[in-house]
Amino acid sequence: MTAVHPAAPVRTADQDAQAQAPRRRLRSVRKGAGRQHHAGPLTYAVLVLVALASLFPLYWTLVAASTDAHAVVSTPPPMIPGGNLFKNLSYVWHNAGGRGMGVALLNSTLVAGSVTIGTVSFSLLAGFAFAKLQFPGRGAMMGLVVATLAVPAQLSVVPLFILMKNLGQGNHLSALILPSLVTAFGVFFMRQFLVQALPSELLEAARMDGANSLRVVWHVVVPIARPAMAVLGMLTFVQSWNDFLWPIIAMNGSSNPTVQVALAGLGTGWSTDWSIIMAGALIGTLPLLLVFVLFGKHIVGGITQGAVKG
Amino acid sequence: MATSITARGSDPGSATPDRPHPVPPKDERRQAWRSRLYRWDTKGSPYAFVSPFFLVFAAFGLFPLLYTGWLSLHQVSLYNVDQAKWVGLKNYTDLFTGPPSHFFWNALGNTFTLGILSTVPQLMIAIGLAHLLNYKLRASSFFRTALLAPYATSVAAATLVFALIFSPESGMANWFLGLFGVDPVAWEAGEWTSQLAISLIVTWRWTGYNALIFLAAMQAVPGDLYEAAALDGASRWKQFLHVTVPALRPTILFTVVVSTIGATQLFGEPFLFGGQSGHQGGTAHQYETLGVFMYDQGFRNSMLGRASAIAWTMFALLLLIGLVNALIARRLRKSQ
Repeated sequence: MTAVHPAAPVRTADQDAQAQAPRRRLRSVRKGAGRQHHAGPLTYAVLVLVALASLFPLYWTLVAASTDAHAVVSTPPPMIPGGNLFKNLSYVWHNAGGRGMGVALLNSTLVAGSVTIGTVSFSLLAGFAFAKLQFPGRGAMMGLVVATLAVPAQLSVVPLFILMKNLGQGNHLSALILPSLVTAFGVFFMRQFLVQALPSELLEAARMDGANSLRVVWHVVVPIARPAMAVLGMLTFVQSWNDFLWPIIAMNGSSNPTVQVALAGLGTGWSTDWSIIMAGALIGTLPLLLVFVLFGKHIVGGITQGAVKG
Repeated sequence: MATSITARGSDPGSATPDRPHPVPPKDERRQAWRSRLYRWDTKGSPYAFVSPFFLVFAAFGLFPLLYTGWLSLHQVSLYNVDQAKWVGLKNYTDLFTGPPSHFFWNALGNTFTLGILSTVPQLMIAIGLAHLLNYKLRASSFFRTALLAPYATSVAAATLVFALIFSPESGMANWFLGLFGVDPVAWEAGEWTSQLAISLIVTWRWTGYNALIFLAAMQAVPGDLYEAAALDGASRWKQFLHVTVPALRPTILFTVVVSTIGATQLFGEPFLFGGQSGHQGGTAHQYETLGVFMYDQGFRNSMLGRASAIAWTMFALLLLIGLVNALIARRLRKSQ
């Protein structure tokens, strides 16, 4: 029962360390890594160049979106934003993909939000069961989860298309949400995290106090798994927001598109006003980019953490 | 429940396992009911917890997988999906030797070349960048965030921007090359040039992501290995080659597998790069991948059976890649 410390019975030291895992771990590991070399000017020069290459297309999306049909394709290309940004944004906001980019943004938010909530909660439950509970068939089931990791999306689109058509769900957002509610990666990720982060003594203690399984999940597992849930949630949201193959099939020609479908419509349509197309790309990219600027550090830490674990 | 854990936990004596539960001994029937409930809970809840995954996977993963296999033996029209006509292996023989085989082999070849062009430079740059990021660095979190920003950009947005940059007459790429006296390149129409442009989009989006994964692995390499190597007189480059790279082997294998799987399924970039002609992978199918070919056959030419056969062929290809990877991994482990 050592895990249940008298002074802080539920929040253990382990858990506090986990809560700040990314930064603390990186720092402590680096200290031990003996890589104390300071970066030289050449390193900085290369990194600045690469950072510019990474950011330039994004900046140029903004520039192109603020020009007009002629200026955007002029030589030399414009490098400084012009005066048409709000006119172009307003045009795609009202007209892109049938009902406008605003509806598409709302749809993408709904889809990615639902998929994220579903994936995180179902992965947490299954990951917890695989990590800490004993039951017949556990090994075989976990093997099945891992085996499904590499099944490509292409394998399911034709039957899903037929299924959704028969269910009358074609062009409906649930056609995008339902198939993505669970991922093998999520279950695997949660299991890997909880095997190490969740002390079995804590579970036994809660059990001893008469907590049933759901209460154990809610009051013991969820607080400990919170950092992993955040990482998985962000990865899932980005992936779902950027998903392309199935939405373009399920929602093609729909007046109720997601952002990616609306963008594809702009790009493959007859209009070649690139300033309008870039305004659409800007609207489609901005929400995730904003999240990135706000939580960049945590996302970076999360991806490296996920990589070590996964 | 939290309060009860807290309350009991704050009294150290109460948490010992041998202390009986505070249930009144009189109330035996209630206790029996409770312990039965408890047994159901412990026995049943693991299955309840894993069941959402398996239910959803069965409905939207396993069933489609098998149904695609079944459909690949039929002729199915997009507009009349309920009238499937049994044709046996015809879809497959058509693909390999029949009328569409020219496009199939072309798409297979393109998937291969695009995969090499986008995966190999991407991972090599990523490992180099991770090495640089592993130095003691000012503004390190700025660099990491900047490198990762393309990852947050969608296939659609990224491809459209690059399609504009690579556009033939007035694109920025040709303008830039022109500054050095290079003649305009036909980025969209040429076979190699279009594939180069498309792999650049993939590389742009994924290099930073892979660099961070490598960086995480590098930071887990024990420092004494470097100290020992330095004592032996190994230069920094030799340390990188003989300490860092071997220690990173599992991570390299992991990223190779993940990017190979991604490259095999490449769809959005070629589909959107060509604008109007994207659905067939360019005017002359010059960058048509298996993913685009499948979409074109199934959802534009209305041959869902053939599309299913292409999907299963892709699946077989992925299994083959997985097998080769497993063999390589085993060899690496043995040689260590």
